[in-house]
Amino acid sequence: MSKFRKKKKGMPAVNTAALPDIVFMLLFFFMVTTTMRETDLRIENPRLPSATEIKKLEHKSLVCTIYVGKAKDESKGSGYNKIQLNDKIASADQVPAFIINARTKVSEAEIPFMTTSIKADKESNVGTITDIRLKLRDVNALKISYSTQKGSSN
Amino acid sequence: MARRENPEINAGSMADIAFLLLIFFLVTTTMNVDSGISKKLSEKPPADYVPPIIKEKNIFEVNINRNNELLVEDDRMDIKDLKEAAIKFIDNGGGTGNAGEDGSPGKECDYCQGDKSESSSDHPNKAIISVQSDRGTEYGTYIQVQNELLKAYTELRNRLSQQKYQITFDELEKAYDEAKKNAGMKDRVEDLRVKVEFIKTAYPQIISDAEPTS
Repeated sequence: MSKFRKKKKGMPAVNTAALPDIVFMLLFFFMVTTTMRETDLRIENPRLPSATEIKKLEHKSLVCTIYVGKAKDESKGSGYNKIQLNDKIASADQVPAFIINARTKVSEAEIPFMTTSIKADKESNVGTITDIRLKLRDVNALKISYSTQKGSSN
Repeated sequence: MARRENPEINAGSMADIAFLLLIFFLVTTTMNVDSGISKKLSEKPPADYVPPIIKEKNIFEVNINRNNELLVEDDRMDIKDLKEAAIKFIDNGGGTGNAGEDGSPGKECDYCQGDKSESSSDHPNKAIISVQSDRGTEYGTYIQVQNELLKAYTELRNRLSQQKYQITFDELEKAYDEAKKNAGMKDRVEDLRVKVEFIKTAYPQIISDAEPTS
């Protein structure tokens, strides 16, 4: 009987020497994959509508994003129709300037491949989107993408 | 002087520091792949542009009012029925299609499986879907409608592709993309390109956005 008891006493501790290595590995993975958002959202994070027939946006450097949604700052007014360009709340009239500014950052040959991604809240109005679309057409930014979540196909 | 034994640095808290950083990056990471419904806008028409006259039967009118209700071809409809209605319209094939670019006369749609009704569209390449929304329509509904219409096209393309090449259109496009990237499959690229182009021209996506009512 005493033999068994002796064995129980000496439980060896789990060796955690490799733990930092594992954690570092994970850390490096996340450090590399992280992309920091360049712009601060001045509107509440838009609740994107969901759709099934979606295409991935390629060439991230050729994408400029327009946000539409509810302003975080109450004094800017309520409603889901505020437009954010860069990091300011703006109006649809400022869209052409925004696009032209974005064009200066890419080479001439790539301009036709530039895509405008519209991230709008579900409850925004089509009128706002149409205003943006008309302005985009004025400056010949014809490729647009309505940002959506991937929905389940039914 | 007596040489002291070099004391080892205590690395016990290294794991803690690493954990702290790890958690920070875990929280700030957003792994979103940007995706969405892509669309190409029409170019701005010149001032003296006269729109071509299109036969009423070749236009499939979808109206969305400010209460997010649908009116399709003057009938109320639920969103879930929209896809079927659109397929029926596009795939009708009641007449001849557009004339070819080289001036050859338009052909009948020999792959359509619709009713060939006189009062619906002539040919998939003449069938225009016009979406008219109100300024007050919710964006979510608008996207849902666009999605249903795109679904109709996808279904038709898949069907035709399955018939002709025994492979769905999605798979065909994927194979084409892969072949483009892969140097070893150069000989297949051209073949796949022709197939993809064929399906795309057989059922071109013609969805037009009418000026919204206010």
